[in-house]
Amino acid sequence: MLKQKVIEIHGEKVIQGNEACSEAAIHVGCKFFAGYPITPSTEIIEYMSESLYKNEGMFIQMEDEISAMCAILGARWGGKKSMTATSGPGFTLMQEALGYGIVTETPTVVVNVQRGGPATGQPTFSSQQDVYQAKYGSHGDYEIICITPSSVQEMFDFTIKAFNLSEKYRTPVILLTDEIIGHMRERIIIPDCIEIEEKEYVKRCEEPFGRDDQHIPHAGNFFEGRNILVEGQLHDEKGRRIGHIAQKSGEFIRALTGKIRDNHKDLTDITYKYLEDADIAIIAFGSVVRSAERTVKMAREYGIKAGLIKVNIIWPFPEDEIYRLAGHIKTVIVPEMNMGKYCLEIERCLKKSKVISVPKLGGNIHKPMELFEIIKKEKNLQ
Amino acid sequence: MNTLVEKYIKKESLPYIFCPGCGNGIVLNATIHAIEALGIKEDTACVSGIGCSSWIPPYLNMDVMHTIHGRAIAFAEGLKLSQPKKNIIVFTGDGDCLAIGGNHLLHAAKRNINITVIMVNNYIYGMTGGQKSPTTPIDARTKTSPYGAMDEPIDGCGVAISAGATFCSRWTVGHPNQLKKAIREGITHNGFSFIEVLSPCPVQAGKSIFKERDSWKIIQRIKENAVVTSKWEGGDKEGKMTIGNFKKELKRKEYTEKIQNLKDEIIYKSNGR
Repeated sequence: MLKQKVIEIHGEKVIQGNEACSEAAIHVGCKFFAGYPITPSTEIIEYMSESLYKNEGMFIQMEDEISAMCAILGARWGGKKSMTATSGPGFTLMQEALGYGIVTETPTVVVNVQRGGPATGQPTFSSQQDVYQAKYGSHGDYEIICITPSSVQEMFDFTIKAFNLSEKYRTPVILLTDEIIGHMRERIIIPDCIEIEEKEYVKRCEEPFGRDDQHIPHAGNFFEGRNILVEGQLHDEKGRRIGHIAQKSGEFIRALTGKIRDNHKDLTDITYKYLEDADIAIIAFGSVVRSAERTVKMAREYGIKAGLIKVNIIWPFPEDEIYRLAGHIKTVIVPEMNMGKYCLEIERCLKKSKVISVPKLGGNIHKPMELFEIIKKEKNLQ
Repeated sequence: MNTLVEKYIKKESLPYIFCPGCGNGIVLNATIHAIEALGIKEDTACVSGIGCSSWIPPYLNMDVMHTIHGRAIAFAEGLKLSQPKKNIIVFTGDGDCLAIGGNHLLHAAKRNINITVIMVNNYIYGMTGGQKSPTTPIDARTKTSPYGAMDEPIDGCGVAISAGATFCSRWTVGHPNQLKKAIREGITHNGFSFIEVLSPCPVQAGKSIFKERDSWKIIQRIKENAVVTSKWEGGDKEGKMTIGNFKKELKRKEYTEKIQNLKDEIIYKSNGR
């Protein structure tokens, strides 16, 4: 259930993306941060190291990203909302513990400020190369919620959303942003009131991992006299291992993925512009949306019926909504700062449209003119 | 049925996963007695990693986290920081704590965070079928050292003490009373406590290291090969492994207490402005 929280110091200000993310986390009630410094996410750990102690929270700089991910899961079972922030190599190190968070249905938020990879890659340059790692990075079958902000304002708003969704669905949520958004300074408006998900649960519930009709397990914390067993093996409603029983294990995985798959409508978040009469559209997420939006405006000024689809929650893939919005559009352009990854999902979904992947490698964002040239070429307007 | 068993063990989870003759039962017993003597069942959570010894807490009728390989201490630190007044006990093994999780042991000891780590050392990777562990003796032939182990074993207590653990003990499962007392003291000690328990694995270590399948005989061999010392003077003495209550230091401040003091100071300053 969403509850209102008043923010005393609200209004306009100019801040950095990483700062906006940290500030939103404090407002939404994050009381625990564990992390390890890594470019370009470091401003978040710096901000949290200063502000959490002042806000009845706990901060710890861990020895590596593996332990940082473990510590935030431990802290959540202690009853504190928790978060970590990292980038490329650190995100890779977190994957095993992230899987543990998913299987034990622990709400938490992991921020990945993407940089170029693989390996040490490009520490100071932006990329969107981790879109698949965010979804498939840990081993085994699971579903994840992954949110991609495209402005500093959205860094603030979507951090709150990430915490709320993690609590609602009891699962780790990935805030997948990139160096451009993380380091950009923009004017944002801190609202005077935000909504916070607060789950009501049966305190003396005997089955902490028993599910409601949406497959979401009952919540609970340690030290409430409930004797909770948090088990990394596949487990039954009491936490006892069932990994050696094929039928029960299958049912568990179906429920674990079902709580996200079956609720895909609630987890669809797309904004769109100029789509009414569009015969060509750009589908983008993250920082690339900024170039895409400019391109679409340029095309409109030129008299081309171009539209924009901005995907805010990229995983679970909003298949139905993308088809509803763009199923009839002849040409769809998918610019990404990677070798062309998310476009594969779009191609799978929009079988009747011509899907053009516009990869961008090296660390620079697409220039609006580059995308505009592609639109012109498609329209035979050279 | 024993009343302690009824209070502490989840009957529906029985039988135990442990092999006959395993030392884990004695460690479980000693821990239950320590918790009961202190009367802290409701205020204590157990965390474990992966391996035979990490299957000790899932049978407990308490709040338990059975986590991933090597990271139990990291999970425990998060839990402790979120609930600084509660007691956290970590169960881990020689592979879990000294190989894959070695880094976390170093840094938890360095921080002097108030958690109690019980490391059950059976000299081998038991759950995966008898491979070389960080404490496997030199020349021992295991499944992954078929020509004999080439590297020297590592001493967990030595590592913990030099990293800054403020409480350190080592006993064998053949010393159940001393072990019980050490666990009790470790829990009450305000700082990082490291307790190593030398334990027999008649199935795996029995086959490859001790050449002996009788658990009791292995325990006797471990005991014979150990010498009790009252303070830490190194891992071995006259060719025998040292055991005993090695260290209890009260001067160094505990980590969560330091944070609390800092928080009070920050809030005091901001109010004064």
